[in-house]
Amino acid sequence: MAIKTQPVTVNLGPQHPSTHGVFRMRVMFDGEEIVDVEPVFGYLHRGSEKLAEERTYTQVVTLTDRMDYVSSMLNNHAYMLAVEKLAGIEPSPRGVWLRMIASELQRIASHLVATGFLLQDLGALGTPLIYAMRERENILDLFEMLCGARITNSYLRPGGVFMDAPDEFWPALKRSLVDILNTIDELETYLSGNEIVFSRTKGTAVLPPELLINASITGPMLRASGVDWDLRHRNPYDYYDKVQFNRILHTASDNYARYWVRVQEMRESLKIIHQCVEQIEPGPVRPSFDEIPRLIRPPVGDAYVAIEGSKGELGFYLVSDGGISPYRMHVRASSLINLTLLRDMLIGGLFGDLFVTFGSVDLNMGEVDR
Amino acid sequence: MIGLGLPRGFVVTLKNFIRPAVTEQYPDRRIGLFGAAKEAGMNPVRFLFSRPKESFKAFVGLATVPVAVKQSARFRGNEFVFFEDRCTACASCAKYCPLGIIEIVSVPGKIDAQEGESYKLEVFDIDIGRCMFCGLCVEACPYDALHMGTQFERSKYVRDSLVITKEELGAALKRPSSFYRPQFEEKTFDPFLEVIEDFHDAGRHERPSADELKRKWVDER
Amino acid sequence: MGQSFLDNSLWRNVYCFLAGDSTDCATRNYSDGVLPAGMEWLAFLIAAVVVIALVINGVLGGVIVLIWGERRLFGRFQSRTGPNRWGPWGTLTSVADAIKTMFKEDVVPADADRILFNLAPVLIAAPALLVFAVIPFGIGTYVADLNVGILFVMAVTSLTTLSVLTAAWSSANRIAILSALRSVALLISYEIPMALALVGVIMLAGSMSLGGIIEAQSVPFIIVQPLAIFVFFLAAMAEMARAPFDLTEAESELAAGYLNDYASMKFGLFFLAEFMAELSTSAIVTTLFLGGWKGWEPIPSHFWFAAKLVLVLFVIIWFRMTLPRLRVDQVLKLAWKGLFELTMINIIVTAVLIAIWPEPTTSRLWIMAAINWPVAIISIWAVSKLLGTTQYENPVPDPSSPVYPVATSAIPASAVFSGDVVVGPTGMDGGD
Repeated sequence: MAIKTQPVTVNLGPQHPSTHGVFRMRVMFDGEEIVDVEPVFGYLHRGSEKLAEERTYTQVVTLTDRMDYVSSMLNNHAYMLAVEKLAGIEPSPRGVWLRMIASELQRIASHLVATGFLLQDLGALGTPLIYAMRERENILDLFEMLCGARITNSYLRPGGVFMDAPDEFWPALKRSLVDILNTIDELETYLSGNEIVFSRTKGTAVLPPELLINASITGPMLRASGVDWDLRHRNPYDYYDKVQFNRILHTASDNYARYWVRVQEMRESLKIIHQCVEQIEPGPVRPSFDEIPRLIRPPVGDAYVAIEGSKGELGFYLVSDGGISPYRMHVRASSLINLTLLRDMLIGGLFGDLFVTFGSVDLNMGEVDR
Repeated sequence: MIGLGLPRGFVVTLKNFIRPAVTEQYPDRRIGLFGAAKEAGMNPVRFLFSRPKESFKAFVGLATVPVAVKQSARFRGNEFVFFEDRCTACASCAKYCPLGIIEIVSVPGKIDAQEGESYKLEVFDIDIGRCMFCGLCVEACPYDALHMGTQFERSKYVRDSLVITKEELGAALKRPSSFYRPQFEEKTFDPFLEVIEDFHDAGRHERPSADELKRKWVDER
Repeated sequence: MGQSFLDNSLWRNVYCFLAGDSTDCATRNYSDGVLPAGMEWLAFLIAAVVVIALVINGVLGGVIVLIWGERRLFGRFQSRTGPNRWGPWGTLTSVADAIKTMFKEDVVPADADRILFNLAPVLIAAPALLVFAVIPFGIGTYVADLNVGILFVMAVTSLTTLSVLTAAWSSANRIAILSALRSVALLISYEIPMALALVGVIMLAGSMSLGGIIEAQSVPFIIVQPLAIFVFFLAAMAEMARAPFDLTEAESELAAGYLNDYASMKFGLFFLAEFMAELSTSAIVTTLFLGGWKGWEPIPSHFWFAAKLVLVLFVIIWFRMTLPRLRVDQVLKLAWKGLFELTMINIIVTAVLIAIWPEPTTSRLWIMAAINWPVAIISIWAVSKLLGTTQYENPVPDPSSPVYPVATSAIPASAVFSGDVVVGPTGMDGGD
């Protein structure tokens, strides 16, 4: 006999400890079961795309830092590739290697944050989160050596990076790689075999690959469903065709698969960094100012470049009218597009899984709202 | 393997229980009895007997030492370093700033200014309340007059006092960051230990000899 | 006056100091008291108040220390230092927190049922303190040695849920209501395995008084009754809503659950009650399974009790730091399909063993332990198999792909390079 119950609407957020920023969900519950979800976002909208129209091409880098603030190096990277394509700039090889190292480090940092917060949402009370953050500190220290800042890097410039890595960077990088590998191992021993994590994440929020493709979901979320789509492999930008790495695929397409894909991708990123360090060669880190002036005036036209960001396909679309600043900039924010399937993932689930699923998408509200 | 996952997790947390803490204590660090003895430069036993009061204090964890958190030499701190003698008031920094927070007012130094003479700088204000420390102004400066600073303890009670003026910049300790200043890295200048006193030392080139100066400015003309 | 009152050494010392020519005291070699003869009733009252005040304040002080200790341990488990600023080793942090909590604004939501809203914190604090009435902290150190001590503990701890429900209902908050419903579900599910787990202990001890159970533990019951401690520990964690069963507070889901609308010292009372529950749970585990105040002679019994208490607290904190939270359906499933069966197995096995050896001596207890441990391991394994969810294997990375040694080889010389840095055009051109 089914008990007749009345659904209750609960407002979660924007100030909720687990919404990864200022995100709001109006959720309709039937007991513990989720009947309906209405995501509300826009609380962190800062108009970055509009602001870019009033900045020169180099100045926009500082805006891209603040979009997805846990992977600013990747934002820099995507934006600079778009500028280079628009202005026809040939980057310096050493600069490219350096920005690949920086990007992969940032990918590890972002995945560490994603994993840590997913486990925090699972209720592990901060322990795995702090283990992940501890290693992220190492990476941020490396960034500080490279560019003097930890989060808002602005490291990349058209054609490369602004400055070569200092001498102390390389030994520190080597140390950090070992530390990160140990932490990934530790996280895996701690949680990948943990029965509570299994029972909480396996088989929850399963999405069919067709739906993911139709909703143009990218990144670890797509790869967790078995679709082999990694832009580093499919459409190699920079020197990603010169490095070898495994494409991490999982077929379960549930929360655990998404978590697992991220953890394994960190290992692959370590491999990529190692190969970059092996292949990097001396030389200037960016073309000289005779070739590329500070004030770029790209020819009239447009360019779209997408890279494999930490959260999915991160694309920058730039339109130039021949002036010193972009006529229009549009960002294909992977977080925002990955968010579109939230309703499909949540409905029918339980309240306990709500934030776990939310965390497994790996959102960053800075990128969603821009 | 089902059944062993949870115990393994307990082992991992216990391992971390034993490993030393990674916390950076700031602005001072609690040192135990051994730390205090090391500070005083004697072995713990002697310290215990010679200074019982201090050693008790150290034992209960009240003894502290100030710590300076070590940043990278490229750290983009919020106390800018500015050498007025190097500045020509070209306002490149003001133009390059994404937020337009650098205010420069300059007047010609003389009525009949010659080449090599600079404009006189009247106002040079940086509103660091709005600054995001991207360093683009430093990158733009062609004369190495403006540097990022490495210090960061600049909290104020009033928003207005966040505007750094020319006088304040001139009076501040010159501990420039090596951000976009490779000359400091080549010289292995450590901004956390050393101070640049002479504005000549902040330049990108060797200081020219008197002969070179004569050749350049007298003979070639 | 009954002899049992005078067994209570705390009470006896105060009473005999005050009472006049009480024959009860005289039999125990106490001299005449300060009060005139015939005022024994006053001495009785004063002694009772003193004992109660002592225990309540001791418990509250213990809670303050516990909060500090727990935060320090959290820090250590997360490779942090924990609070170390205020006072020696940061011990005054909880004091500072308490003062801060007291001076905060007391906010009552507009829609709240004011009477119930104000009543709930009191309702939760009282039962948390009541538990300590029956706990023997050492030889002859207790408030009351009830002959139904375990029943009293079970009854009083269940009251917590009533106040949680009151708090949630009166604050007119939907998230709080969800939290309270979870709390009730937890109580209903876990009260049964918790009580049944203690049946084995009671059968072995032959007594329901906590003092009697301690006396019976010539071998600590943790060794004799592994299944009982396993079930009781988990059920107690669920009862006091600690990780991995912290569904009622579930910070990442319900923000703070039923505490959402409480501020100031009302919140403080809830907080206090939570930590008192932790303390009382450890005290009960210590008493029932670790032999209470029993220990080797030269060291006083109170010390043994405290040491065992700290050990249990450490394990509780370790659990909290390690385990992720279970979902509500899994928690209920664990209670009804897992722990309930385990308690049944335990009761049957213990009953059979007691039927064979009606008078359990020390050596017989050891034999029982030898039988109980394999039973416990096999039954826990079987139940975990039964409860196990569907598993799948993770895909194996393509073995043909090259494996790069991460950071094992040296950084090549070509990587280390600085100089030849492209910098902006310089205007000074060596002119300085």
